[in-house]
Amino acid sequence: MRSIAATVLTLVLFATYLGIGALAHDSHFSLGWALASTVFVWAGPAQIILITTLGSGATVIQAAIAVTVSAVRLFPMVVSVMPMLRTPQTKRRHLILVAHLTAITLWVECFRFLPQVPRDRRIAFIHGLGAGLVLVCLMATSVGYGLAANLSQLFAAAILMLTPLAFLFSTARNSRELSDVVALILGLLLFPLAAKLDSGVDILISGVVAGTIAYGVHRWRARA
Amino acid sequence: MSDILSRFLGDWHALLILLVAGVIPNQIWRMLGLWFGGGIDEGSELLIWVRAVATAILAGVIAEILVQPPGALANVPDWLRYTAVAVGFAGFMASRKSIFAGVACGEIVMVAGKWWLG
Repeated sequence: MRSIAATVLTLVLFATYLGIGALAHDSHFSLGWALASTVFVWAGPAQIILITTLGSGATVIQAAIAVTVSAVRLFPMVVSVMPMLRTPQTKRRHLILVAHLTAITLWVECFRFLPQVPRDRRIAFIHGLGAGLVLVCLMATSVGYGLAANLSQLFAAAILMLTPLAFLFSTARNSRELSDVVALILGLLLFPLAAKLDSGVDILISGVVAGTIAYGVHRWRARA
Repeated sequence: MSDILSRFLGDWHALLILLVAGVIPNQIWRMLGLWFGGGIDEGSELLIWVRAVATAILAGVIAEILVQPPGALANVPDWLRYTAVAVGFAGFMASRKSIFAGVACGEIVMVAGKWWLG
């Protein structure tokens, strides 16, 4: 419980989901739909893409493709969290809920909190933390849905700005290894270049290139 | 009762779209990650690479919001968004890496700047 309360990221999530609730309302989705998307999609950027593409009249196939591309980041995130949680007794089915709960915020917090949690308690810890975050976001989705018409432009812009600031600083703080720092900086710098390709998978391109270079730096340092 | 419930949920068609375009595209990657990540060792070289790629993709998500801002953020001029991030980062470093201080500094600069511009 204390971990849920003790993080600025929870506040940021709350604000982000206020925005998502308001967006769902303005795009004429039902409150039940918005809440279901929070529980079952559980990825803020994907929900924003889904609501805006569907709301702007795109077909279901177009929306599905856009969301699938944005969700690729979940794959390396889940892969890198799993080994931190496993014990010799752990079955893969024990990790299904953890995989579902893994999203940017939880992934970042795993690297901050898990080293302090005994290994055999880690899965339970993530279930608790994840469930708390989902609950906070369900409340925020409802409140945002109700407030939608009253949100000012300036407030909406401030909410959207929270995400990059909070993700940037929380990732910077978790970056202890040189490879993490290089990956973060190069990932920021290469995206504008990759965006020029306008390939639809720009983030994937800049991410794999920057991550691979960062890994190369790590290898080179290890050998020297 | 069923009337309230149907208003709350909306039509079933929309929920089906949510499943096809929202839930499945996300869960595919998570379950692939579970299947793949279940078998690799903590501390293996492959994992270091995967982590670096995940970090760089997250950096790309951050950069995308700043460079190609969505919705209301698009009304904030480029230079103001970048200044807000720079001041936020200065606050983050000055406070010995407090996320709260960094976010607060960045937000104050952006909101004050936008308010001043009108």
